[in-house]
Amino acid sequence: MKKTSIRDLVTRFSVPLMFVLICAVCAPISGLSPTYLINEIVTRMGRNAFLILSLLIPIMAGMGLNFSMTLGAMAGEIGLILVCDWQIVGIPGMILAMIISVPISALLGLFCGKVLNMAKGREMITSYIISFFINGIYQLVVLYMMGPIIPIKHGSIKLPRGYGIRNTVSLLSMRQKLDNLIPLNIAGIKIPVATFIVVFILCIVIVRFRKTKLGQDMRAVGQDMEVARDAGIDVERTRIISMILSTVFAGIGMIIYLQNMGNIATYSSHSQIGMFCIAALLVGGASVDKASIGNVFLGIILFHTMFIVAPKAGTVITGDSMIGEYFRVFVSYAVITVALIMYETGKRRAKSREGQMLAQQQEVSDED
Amino acid sequence: MSEQTQSITIKERVQNFIEDFGLPRLIITGFLILLLIIAPFVGADLPTQISNIINRFSWNGILVLAMVPMVHSGCGLNFGLPLGIISGLLGATLSIELGFTGPFSFVMAALLATPFALVFGSVYGWLLNKIKGGEMMIATYVGFSSVSLMCMMWLLLPYHSPNMVWGMAGKGLRTTISLEGYYTQALANILQINIGNLSIPTGAILFFAILAFAMWAFLHTKTGTAMTAVGSNPDFARSAGINVDRIRLISVVMSTWLAAIGILVYEQGFGFVQLYMAPFYMALPAVSAILIGGATVNKATITNVIVGTILFQGIVTMTPTVMNNMIHLDMSEVIRIVVSNGMILYALTRKTEGTK
Amino acid sequence: MEKAPLLEMKNIKKDFFGNQVLSDINLTLHEGEVVGLVGENGAGKSTLMKILFGADVIRETGGYGGDILINSKKVDFQSPFDAIAAGIGMVHQEFSLIPGFSATENILLNREDKRTSVLSKIVSDRMDILDRNKMDDNAQEAIQKMGVNIDRNMKINNMPVGHRQFTEIARELSKEQLKLLILDEPTAVLTEKEAEALLESIRGMSKRGIAVIFITHRLNEILAVCDKVVTMRDGYVVNESPAKDTSVKEITQWMVGRSVSAAAAPKEQDDRVRSDKTILSVRKLWVDMPGETVRNVDLDVKEGEILGIGGLAGQGKLGIPNGIMGLYQAGGEVEFGGESIALNNPRKCLDEGFAFVSEDRRGVGLLLDESLEWNVSFPAMQIQNKYLKTYLGGLIKWRDDATIKEVTDRYIDELKIKCRDSKQKAKELSGGNQQKVCLAKAFALEPKLLFVSEPTRGIDVGAKALVLEALKKFNREKKVTIVMVSSELEELRQTCDRIAIVSGGKVAGILPAAESSEKFGELMLKNC
Repeated sequence: MKKTSIRDLVTRFSVPLMFVLICAVCAPISGLSPTYLINEIVTRMGRNAFLILSLLIPIMAGMGLNFSMTLGAMAGEIGLILVCDWQIVGIPGMILAMIISVPISALLGLFCGKVLNMAKGREMITSYIISFFINGIYQLVVLYMMGPIIPIKHGSIKLPRGYGIRNTVSLLSMRQKLDNLIPLNIAGIKIPVATFIVVFILCIVIVRFRKTKLGQDMRAVGQDMEVARDAGIDVERTRIISMILSTVFAGIGMIIYLQNMGNIATYSSHSQIGMFCIAALLVGGASVDKASIGNVFLGIILFHTMFIVAPKAGTVITGDSMIGEYFRVFVSYAVITVALIMYETGKRRAKSREGQMLAQQQEVSDED
Repeated sequence: MSEQTQSITIKERVQNFIEDFGLPRLIITGFLILLLIIAPFVGADLPTQISNIINRFSWNGILVLAMVPMVHSGCGLNFGLPLGIISGLLGATLSIELGFTGPFSFVMAALLATPFALVFGSVYGWLLNKIKGGEMMIATYVGFSSVSLMCMMWLLLPYHSPNMVWGMAGKGLRTTISLEGYYTQALANILQINIGNLSIPTGAILFFAILAFAMWAFLHTKTGTAMTAVGSNPDFARSAGINVDRIRLISVVMSTWLAAIGILVYEQGFGFVQLYMAPFYMALPAVSAILIGGATVNKATITNVIVGTILFQGIVTMTPTVMNNMIHLDMSEVIRIVVSNGMILYALTRKTEGTK
Repeated sequence: MEKAPLLEMKNIKKDFFGNQVLSDINLTLHEGEVVGLVGENGAGKSTLMKILFGADVIRETGGYGGDILINSKKVDFQSPFDAIAAGIGMVHQEFSLIPGFSATENILLNREDKRTSVLSKIVSDRMDILDRNKMDDNAQEAIQKMGVNIDRNMKINNMPVGHRQFTEIARELSKEQLKLLILDEPTAVLTEKEAEALLESIRGMSKRGIAVIFITHRLNEILAVCDKVVTMRDGYVVNESPAKDTSVKEITQWMVGRSVSAAAAPKEQDDRVRSDKTILSVRKLWVDMPGETVRNVDLDVKEGEILGIGGLAGQGKLGIPNGIMGLYQAGGEVEFGGESIALNNPRKCLDEGFAFVSEDRRGVGLLLDESLEWNVSFPAMQIQNKYLKTYLGGLIKWRDDATIKEVTDRYIDELKIKCRDSKQKAKELSGGNQQKVCLAKAFALEPKLLFVSEPTRGIDVGAKALVLEALKKFNREKKVTIVMVSSELEELRQTCDRIAIVSGGKVAGILPAAESSEKFGELMLKNC
């Protein structure tokens, strides 16, 4: 009994363990100083934590990894672009951007939730395609409608042709304004205190949320839709709410992310964000149906350590900087692939184990 | 009275037709026809446009055809198409590396790609048999992982042909390799017909026709029948003594091999081999093309492939020209994204996906 | 003075698409009364309970006739939630529990104790915070009310099956308005000790004034705990007696007893040559089929006979053919004509000349989305290479659509399958015609041994007769041995030569078809 539990533990944490190994090997090879490394990780923690936390709620509601969190990211970007154009700077600008993003996110989340309710059982592939679909709509809005329909005044963010937004929008006026709001520097390590406070508040909200009636309903829906329905819980509505919450949080998370980066890559910032966030969460030991706040932070540390050291280590080993770049992309995808495979085979194994137990019982009863 | 019933039946018939055909499909067809009608008025040359569509059909047809076997066996849409494409790329680069030239290099590329496709396909099929029910999502990520793994491999594998490697470093493959002197237009040039601005790549179309016919024929054999039955109701197939896993494996290998050949045909039309991240998003156009053609997640025919490829490529080629000429606004990329992904979404959310 | 009854059901009638399943049911229940409801499967017990519980399926199929009165007030439940609000609780055979939740969470599912918070006042009451302490108290109270101790903090998926059952009961007891509890075969999954505890708990509920309707096949339990026994048969209440005045033997007779004419329905004479040769011998068979577990079955089938397998639902009769045919995990020894047959391999069985018509017509029996031609010809094509043209020395096996159409048309004709043509999709046919397609599929295999599982389930009377007739004819003309599994004893007695009764996963006995109903009834309840 004990033995199997250890083995279960190892299989459960196999992905984080693998990453600890990769990081332990690559970090010394990369030759990066510990201070630099810690600095980078702390920065990235502040940058990404909010975004990754937004993934937790749909997992709780049994809707799997929310590949359509990019919807929220797009809403956040639209908010920032508009605020940029209105030249509202600093923290007020960020807050206004968030206020603008929330209704857009909520609307997109509602759409996403409705579509996913029509595709029960294949939520993940559907949410993945939704992110592409909405990306098309986003381009339509940002590339064609911003200018003629949505007034954009400032030439600095407009394309030279007179409408549409440039490939890069500078956020210099907001750059790291939140991170540096409460400056703190410990042993050469810059700590974005204000950002951490915001992240901490979200953690509290999530913890509290789990204790609410709605949170309980979501867990029930996530585990067994039919039973929840029989008990009188409005399954569809609960699922939609979980998508809306996730999208809204992702939108706010994206604004925090971009204030740290200092510029928006208008047409690509959001496209990879979903993949990296999901990969980081999975690296932290989460699975498709189970994730905690601890997974988020462990995931950021491990995933981003790998992210920083892999290109350097790759350059040192092979002399080609691209190898490391490709390696980390490969690892991100591979992690997601492995997690998905483990989730699906786990489902099947649970079933067959039940069958085996029954067979064994019968063998025993045969001998009677 | 009778007139009234007549009109009702016509109305019903129209409704049934829309239901069978699907509203999105109808809109897309209408849109393409509209584009074709507008084209001459806005100054686009219709024959050029049509030969464009035909050409692009000949490039993409086989990649779309690769969807058919897995849909039939119930593995869903093959979002893992990049895996097969990689087999094709390995065949292409090896053929060039080994010094084959001209149209013959195409034959060699196909031959060299085949073992890779068989091996990759088998492993992929074995994996998909382990995760029945979650095929599409995992297929997507298997495709992504393999593409990013190959990104490293293209740099690391010991290729030496000066036509393929970076000139400066002398190693590592380039992102784009010209097929000039190799198999560019190898199929298209066979029996090519040129009438004014209209040119038809007969050879490439014939090649597609042969493979499509082979697929059609396969579906009429004993094994092909079993494949359809497995996709229609795996429990029925099992109770009829079919080895469901084996049939699914065959379908995955077939799909992977077709993707490998498909990318070679694409390259001979396009004139370049694209490596690294290029195969990444190649599954989505193929998936949406077959869906636009009328396929669902578990039913697809050769007609769906042909109709879908023509419609999809028609929209992709016609919108930029017509739009540009009309309002000097190139929204084709956006339209392509919205149409193709919207179509996939539509298929995924249909409630009546089979009666499994 | 006697109080007004808690529940009155008056002249309840119900038909499913013209098929009368309940006729003039009258049932009265007083506060604290325990009523045992018994009857064979299909007697109408579940339908009656569904009506009482306001199940959606009843309304979707046209509602019911008659009146239900609670505390002398007429009620008409629009959904189970109405029934729950009126004080009716039901514990189903299938568990309705969230596996990853603790007993407490399940007992109070969607009825959690809450505290309002600032947010909940602003947003909605769904933002209320759960009051875990109060929930624990309430759950504990319900568990105490039940009188059987279970760990309220244990997660359902770590619980033994019996405790899951008790969690469900505790959930009903935790509802304050509960006046009437329906227990649908609650002891089927319990150990002897647990069942004893449950009976004790029922007595406790009764003392507290909760009325209980107790459905079970274990008649001893009925006698031990009930005040009144109501026996149903073929949609009628055939007997209602005080439990203390009756016996297991009597109840059994009421359950299976048929009018004299039906019981004596003579099996038509036939001049088949009876063989004593055993063609199929089954030893120590076990089958892991969920809900139809088979244990240690020994069975011999004689060449050329029609052997019936009967028994109550869930006792394992369906597991026997499914296990032998390899559709569910099975073990033991099966010999056919002296040769051993490998289990868990459908192909081997089919190669040996077995054929199987599954009870799961839509799930296993048919390719619903394909044509009748495909459905009829598929197994024969795949197993025996029929309807194929070979080219290139057998390298290409081409489907011969013309022959397939010919064969399908022949069966459409022979079995009177009502359809547009042989190209029609199977899902468009009625249940009876679908069943005929399943038979055609098996006939096309020209088997030596045919398993037919529930061939008349869910089809109308006319189709029933046709199907049974076709089976008899097939047996007679083609000399095919048939093993027929059915829940309907009468049907077995009309069709079969001998009937094996399965009870508790084992063969309780084999009797000639002409034996009296009571004998069969006793066997059915033997190991329940």
